[in-house]
Amino acid sequence: MKFIKFLLLGIFFGIVMTKSEAVSWFRIQEMFRFQAFHMYGIIGTAVTLGVTGVALIKKFNIRDYHGNPIVFNPKDKSVARYLIGGSIFGLGWALSGACPGPMVVNIGYGYWAMAIVFFFAIVGTYFYGLIKDKLPH
Amino acid sequence: MEFILQPWSWWFSGTMIAAIMFFLLFFGQSFGFSSNLRTICAAAGLGKSAKFFDFNWKAQTWNLVFLVGAILGGFIAREFLSTDAPVLISEATIEDLSKLGFSAPESLQPAELFGLDAVLSLKGFLVLAFGGLMVGFGSRYAGGCTSGHAISGLSDLQIPSLIAVMGFFIGGLVMTYLILPLIF
Repeated sequence: MKFIKFLLLGIFFGIVMTKSEAVSWFRIQEMFRFQAFHMYGIIGTAVTLGVTGVALIKKFNIRDYHGNPIVFNPKDKSVARYLIGGSIFGLGWALSGACPGPMVVNIGYGYWAMAIVFFFAIVGTYFYGLIKDKLPH
Repeated sequence: MEFILQPWSWWFSGTMIAAIMFFLLFFGQSFGFSSNLRTICAAAGLGKSAKFFDFNWKAQTWNLVFLVGAILGGFIAREFLSTDAPVLISEATIEDLSKLGFSAPESLQPAELFGLDAVLSLKGFLVLAFGGLMVGFGSRYAGGCTSGHAISGLSDLQIPSLIAVMGFFIGGLVMTYLILPLIF
């Protein structure tokens, strides 16, 4: 039953994403049109608390519940992969109104059409895996 | 109960998302949802045709369990914790979207994209398919999605994540202002 905590966290994530309306295509459109503070408030609050908490974890060498140090792996230094990959992601995010997490939350909510989006997101990931050595990173 | 049934405020929602990230760190993992897409490919045996999917995906089982939880969470939120009221987006957005042929919100999502009629039309299907393809391809190319880069990465002050988030907005703005008017 070591996975039960992840199931509960996932359930809570699904509820938070739904209740914050971050799973709504309308909210994503509103965000990309800079017409409300809502999405920026959500992400801004999460990041502000995140920066503070991560700094505290590092300063006090806080360990996880196994007793292991919590480590943050620096991501590979590059510009191309983040800028190009991120832009392709952004195109899809604004079109479908969902990043991967909200896709499955939407399926649970009853928007079955989101299963098509999620299936093709898996296909897109597979396609990346096929051609990744030919792409600039 | 009234508090729960209403849409949650941005500050409460943002605080809860940070809490989820810290709980995952405390449990020895990290918050990054799109890794699941790669894990699913690996679990489907696609490691035989692409090396990228040939890894010990079972170590990622916790994240798949998190994914199953997220589906359940969406179901629970609709069944027990909401009124399915229209999303209260700004008047300016409603007006902009009406020019593209989208009616004002009646629930969480527009019927013009996720309703049965839309899904069964060629254009509607292609919109959903290409949206998914670009999210799946782009998130793995960039090494993360909103949770991995915008939340986890920025919280760790990682420059690559900042570049990725800039990319998210470049793509999002191009889609919103240049491509959506051509499609709808």
